[in-house]
Amino acid sequence: MIRLEVNGKRQTIDLPGETPLLWTLRDEIGLTGTKFGCGMALCGACTVHVDGQAVRSCVTPISAVANKKVVTIEALGADPVGTALQAAWVDKGVPQCGYCQAGQIMSAAALLRRKQAPSDAEIDAAMSGNICRCGTYTRIRAAIKQVAAKQGGTR
Amino acid sequence: MNPLIVSNVSRRRFLHGLSLSGLVLAVGYPSNARAQTPKKYGADGMPNGWVDDPLAFVSIADDGTVTVVCHRAEMGQGVRTSMPMIVADELEADWKRVRVTQAPGDEKRFGNQDTDGSRSTRHFFEPMRRCGAAARTMLEAAAAERWKVPVSEVEARNHEVVHRPTGRRLGYGALARAAAGQAVPARETLRLKDPKQFRYIGKGQTKLLDGRDIATGKAQYGIDTRLPGMLYAVVARPPVYGGTVASVDTAEALKVPGVERVVQIEPTAPPAHFNPVGGVAVLARNTWAAIQGRRALKITWDDGPNAGYDSAAFKSSLEESARKPAKVVRNDGDFTEAAAGAARRVEAEYYVPHLAHATMEPPAATARIVNGKCEVWGCFQSPQAARDLVAKRLGMSADDVTVHVTLLGGGFGRKSKPDYAIEAAALSKAVDGKPVKVTWTREDDLHNSYYHTVSVEHLEAGVDGQGKPVAWLHRSVAPTIISTFNPAATHEAPFELGMGVINVPFAIPNVRIENPEAIAHTRIGWFRAVSNIPHAFAVQSFVAELAAAAGRDPKDFLLDVIGPARQVSPEMLGDTWNHGESSERYPVDTGRLRRVVETVAREAGWGKQLPKGRGLGIAAHYSFVSYVAAVVEVAVDDKGVVTIPRVDMVVDCGPTVNPDRVRSQMEGACVMGVGIATVGEISFKGGRVEQDNFNSYEVTRMAQAPRVIRVHIIPGDYSQPMGGVGEPGVPPIPPALCNAIFAATGKRVRRLPIRDQLKV
Repeated sequence: MIRLEVNGKRQTIDLPGETPLLWTLRDEIGLTGTKFGCGMALCGACTVHVDGQAVRSCVTPISAVANKKVVTIEALGADPVGTALQAAWVDKGVPQCGYCQAGQIMSAAALLRRKQAPSDAEIDAAMSGNICRCGTYTRIRAAIKQVAAKQGGTR
Repeated sequence: MNPLIVSNVSRRRFLHGLSLSGLVLAVGYPSNARAQTPKKYGADGMPNGWVDDPLAFVSIADDGTVTVVCHRAEMGQGVRTSMPMIVADELEADWKRVRVTQAPGDEKRFGNQDTDGSRSTRHFFEPMRRCGAAARTMLEAAAAERWKVPVSEVEARNHEVVHRPTGRRLGYGALARAAAGQAVPARETLRLKDPKQFRYIGKGQTKLLDGRDIATGKAQYGIDTRLPGMLYAVVARPPVYGGTVASVDTAEALKVPGVERVVQIEPTAPPAHFNPVGGVAVLARNTWAAIQGRRALKITWDDGPNAGYDSAAFKSSLEESARKPAKVVRNDGDFTEAAAGAARRVEAEYYVPHLAHATMEPPAATARIVNGKCEVWGCFQSPQAARDLVAKRLGMSADDVTVHVTLLGGGFGRKSKPDYAIEAAALSKAVDGKPVKVTWTREDDLHNSYYHTVSVEHLEAGVDGQGKPVAWLHRSVAPTIISTFNPAATHEAPFELGMGVINVPFAIPNVRIENPEAIAHTRIGWFRAVSNIPHAFAVQSFVAELAAAAGRDPKDFLLDVIGPARQVSPEMLGDTWNHGESSERYPVDTGRLRRVVETVAREAGWGKQLPKGRGLGIAAHYSFVSYVAAVVEVAVDDKGVVTIPRVDMVVDCGPTVNPDRVRSQMEGACVMGVGIATVGEISFKGGRVEQDNFNSYEVTRMAQAPRVIRVHIIPGDYSQPMGGVGEPGVPPIPPALCNAIFAATGKRVRRLPIRDQLKV
């Protein structure tokens, strides 16, 4: 039995400790907003926050996050930066198919929490682990900058 | 080749064509009767055509909420917003009160649902307008009846019907029930809006209906389906196309915690069609346990006849074929004589490898069977094909199969082939109808795809004293998509030749297009923009090479080669396909092609001074009855690393419904085109795909993507026919990029991907 805290709710999980957090969230807990894309931390679709840090849940065993705070896209709206990013994503028409966007927003939220006014290079560094096959990168960058500017962190 | 198969190409027309011809033979139907049937175009030419019945597409609740049924698959092109926009505009609905719901696979009810070929908007703009107009007419009739006034005195305006003389108003919700009881007005009597009155169509204020759900993680994709008691499956598939299971030891797999069953999926005899390739499935409590179970399987494969497929050797064999005379598919004038008499000859050869779509959501489907009826959920571009083929596999009537369409986490042509739906259904059947979800891992997706073909394009030109081409030879050799349906097919089909090799409308008097044979050793399938990718890469690179040989500006030279503005009949170019559209309504218009070239040059500041190591490249291409030109600006550093500060694109797709989605499709096509040019490659060795995941099959990431993409839309007029949008942005990008690299460095790239060819 492994105890997790996901989106503020305690969960007791009866799975082997090496089970990735991704499949635990999706198949056991039923939080399907976190996506599978590669299984090897290569695409970022599965990005969640563990104690505020962006983490690829597909390579994170549940044993490693026992008693830590896990936040997924479903609860990101509780965070003002998260809300602002979600609104900017809609406003800028960022998504095409939308599949990767939960991971993109989670990575962007972790970035903006760390860095109020990221430069283009810092955005590249933080976001290049997240693949968007539809190619929405220019709008992702624009949405991040819009939120950064609204937070008073223009550069 | 059966004319029904090649005349108009829906991805599904193949099965209809094949089975129909079988029927024809069986009943002895006179073969000339088919020839007498007038050829159908556009939506009319697609399986099950179109439907404009408002009762199928529009419903209005008592609270006034308007729900529009979207029968086309949403994979990022924005169709679940665009179709409701069309209906809402004619319906005079308030956009805030419009919802969308997804149609199941049912073409008798909704018309054709094959979401491919960049067709949704151009085929369904008119039917959806009529649905909206008919529903509006029914609301007006209901209001007139309620008020006992002539219908000529009432008018629908922004979700209300107004009685003009008295100013009385009734909301759509209050009228909904009475309107539903009205007769559906005859098509000929419908009053469509004057396009000047459009509120949503062609405007820019409409946000994506799914945007909020996507941004908050609520949107449901095929991989997200969850049903009570569901088992999670992954499948070990033959690593070589046509391979089979020789033996399997399941003992260790069954010991993995969470694994419940191991089930063999029988392969279907070739051709591949949309059928599963077979293999061994592990069914478990969750996806991870299934993946672990699959790892523990001990399988010996019989690789079959394609075990020798080797991409390096195949490239050489394609090159050999491309250097010898072959089947002539277009012949204007006399190439040989004109080339012999030319001042100079130029020759070049281009290579584009196999590609995999690598949709971010890999294929996934869920099925269950209850009381002899099967329900399937998944991300399908062709839900009716999924329905028909699941029914066939299970020995059921298609009426007993329901296919629910989720959002697609990318499609790009991969999800036109519903092999994964059949896998899910076969597995559900094996476990007494229990719900089973099949998830493809990224490795599965890359190892068992329906790949973009691999091609060598050989071009030769004879040029006059000024460097202008007077003779043009293009030999295009690539395994055909038809091979997936008929292994005997070894030539490019008319629909492949009609993607930018045969239908090149250049002002060159002597043109010969040839198509050597090529044999497929894997499943070849449609990939966004299809054969336009290698054809445009070769043609638009070669024109730039001719410009360089002539010492001319590439943009001016391209315009000269296109020649004066004129309308060219596709048939005159030997193109019998023309993207399924009528050649009268959709001639190849060199004036439109010239205009996108001239516009993009102006917008990009063509001719501007750039620092050392920077360059601009231009390319233009006609595909999916739209015209797109691009100027790519590159910066190549002293180590040969390429970055792309800016791309300008101009699209002429006729009138538009949702200009923001036209822009976003061009932006996405640009990034995909950059990926194809710079990093994308699937290669085979020993019949096996050499790439496993995004570490070896690279796609463009943010840092490598163009920093700025500016999209310009040529304004259209609603009396003109519409063009496609989803695909035509891709083809001009790789040649424009390589032309820019040439401008920056003097190096000509003829083999994609560029990868480290420029590394110093």
